Amino acid sequence: MPAGIRTSELRKVYNSPPPLAAGAGGMGFAAKRGKGKQPKSEVVALDGISLDVHPGEIFCLLGPNGAGKSTTVGILTTRVKATAGQAWIGEYEVWKQQVLVKRLIGVVAQRPNLDFSLTAREILTFHGAYFGLNHQERSKRAADLLERFKLTDRADHIVRGFSGGMMQRLSIARAMMHDPQVLFLDEPSSGLDPQTRLLLWEIIREYNNSGKTVLLTTHNMEEADALCQRLAIVDHGKIIALGTPKELKSSVPGGYLLRLHFGRSNPEFLQRLQTLAGVREVRASENQGVDLYADRGGSLIPEVASLAVFANVELCDVHISEPSLENLFLHHTGRSLRE
Amino acid sequence: MNLKAFLAMLARDVRVARRNIVALLFQTFLQPLMFVFIFGRVMVGSGYMPPEYKSLLLPGIIAICMIGTGIWAVAMPLIGEFQFTREIEDRLLAPMDISWVAIEKVVAGTLQALAAGIMVLPAAWLLLRPGVDLSLHRPLMFCAVALLVALFSAGGGLALGCSIEQTHIGLMFSLVVAPMIFFGCTYYPWSALAKFPIVQKAVLVNPLVYASEGLRGTLVPQFPHLSMLAVFVALIGFNAFFLIVGLRQFQKKAVG
Repeated sequence: MPAGIRTSELRKVYNSPPPLAAGAGGMGFAAKRGKGKQPKSEVVALDGISLDVHPGEIFCLLGPNGAGKSTTVGILTTRVKATAGQAWIGEYEVWKQQVLVKRLIGVVAQRPNLDFSLTAREILTFHGAYFGLNHQERSKRAADLLERFKLTDRADHIVRGFSGGMMQRLSIARAMMHDPQVLFLDEPSSGLDPQTRLLLWEIIREYNNSGKTVLLTTHNMEEADALCQRLAIVDHGKIIALGTPKELKSSVPGGYLLRLHFGRSNPEFLQRLQTLAGVREVRASENQGVDLYADRGGSLIPEVASLAVFANVELCDVHISEPSLENLFLHHTGRSLRE
Repeated sequence: MNLKAFLAMLARDVRVARRNIVALLFQTFLQPLMFVFIFGRVMVGSGYMPPEYKSLLLPGIIAICMIGTGIWAVAMPLIGEFQFTREIEDRLLAPMDISWVAIEKVVAGTLQALAAGIMVLPAAWLLLRPGVDLSLHRPLMFCAVALLVALFSAGGGLALGCSIEQTHIGLMFSLVVAPMIFFGCTYYPWSALAKFPIVQKAVLVNPLVYASEGLRGTLVPQFPHLSMLAVFVALIGFNAFFLIVGLRQFQKKAVG
């Protein structure tokens, strides 16, 4: 039976740099002085995450590095202990019923963590054996997966010499080996070439079509947009938006974002921009920049330019983006996902 | 516990050991056998050491070999697998309580240490022959001591492997393993330290002392050795200590 994922007010505070199990990326590490003599470094990785991923859904956690995506995956896959809050896979509570949970899940970590002492085929067959598959079954599944992920040529080579992309493909094949009900993929397409990325997307969709739940994390908006039925945008350990990609994109005022830079700027000029037809919101950004949310894009530029001439303000740079998750992220945080 | 997963992990360790068998054999036997040759044959043959030294040396060499193998077999892979590559992750995600992953490592290490002991005994005996006076008069007791020594070496490997970082491996050998061997009554019986009373008392914290003396007491009982009761109590105590510490450290390392 397909299993869903649920979390309630998950919180995680690291007292030391996050361990590799949490896939510590570029997490900011803020030092705080505790009450004791020793200054204590603490970092709040998750600050009350509540999620409800439906059975059979592809759900995506989108956010920049250090947002708390990998820590969430770590907690849901028994590899990280939450400081507070609860998590369930299907009907099982993750921390208290670890063995039952581990039977339901397959995990692809952010960095390939393959067993370097084994060949590609052995990695799959031993993984199958850990999950109790019999000899015949695991040999067949391993052969099928190696073929599917285009690894048959190198199947009997030790994986130490594999390229990053091959390791990543093998990690995904391994996670699917025991046919888990819930598949976790932590930034699965990082390091893959565009062709392999498309193959991966196809495989994920196919896996989901067989009724399986997929939770993936990414900082690639295109990936979230293309794959997910619903997604949550995460920043600084909090969910800042949740919904289908379409809903989220339409929640940005106007949808279009014009990032403008002027030689100089003043509040009066910003007010004038606000009066242009189709402009929904005007925000000053850094370095004399202005973010203009509007329901049209390029057609606004002549009007902006003539307003600038009129106000004796030089227009230096224009960047127009169509309705996208990137705009949504910017709208909520004032930062780009890539920053 | 999930027996299928446990046995599959054991099979994985056997596969890896079999793949590295040549390196493993050299690593386990070369140094102890060179020692046997120089001290047992060259020094005794040229008259610098009395002929009885051969029999005295043999149990110590077995102890070094077993302890070295067990520690190495458990600690080194663990240090590597918990590093940046997190190779152990797949086994931690197997449907089994993670403590059993550590216990599997200890079982695999114990088996390797026992295999090393079983193989080095005839090899050293052949190298030293003639004049080695072995008397296996209490075979059950010998097996019990050998098992405890092997288990202790693997448990020690677990505790060490989960407590130190990759960058400190060299330090582990020069600060922990080397002094343990030299002050472990491996090349001399404990009674030989009688003239150094402080050292004689101090070395009693070294578990290798009980391993060497225990093997001496069961293989060459004609030489002075610690009482077997003390040997058993100490070895069981060290085993419990290292297993508890090792499992705790493993948990700490495995979960973020």
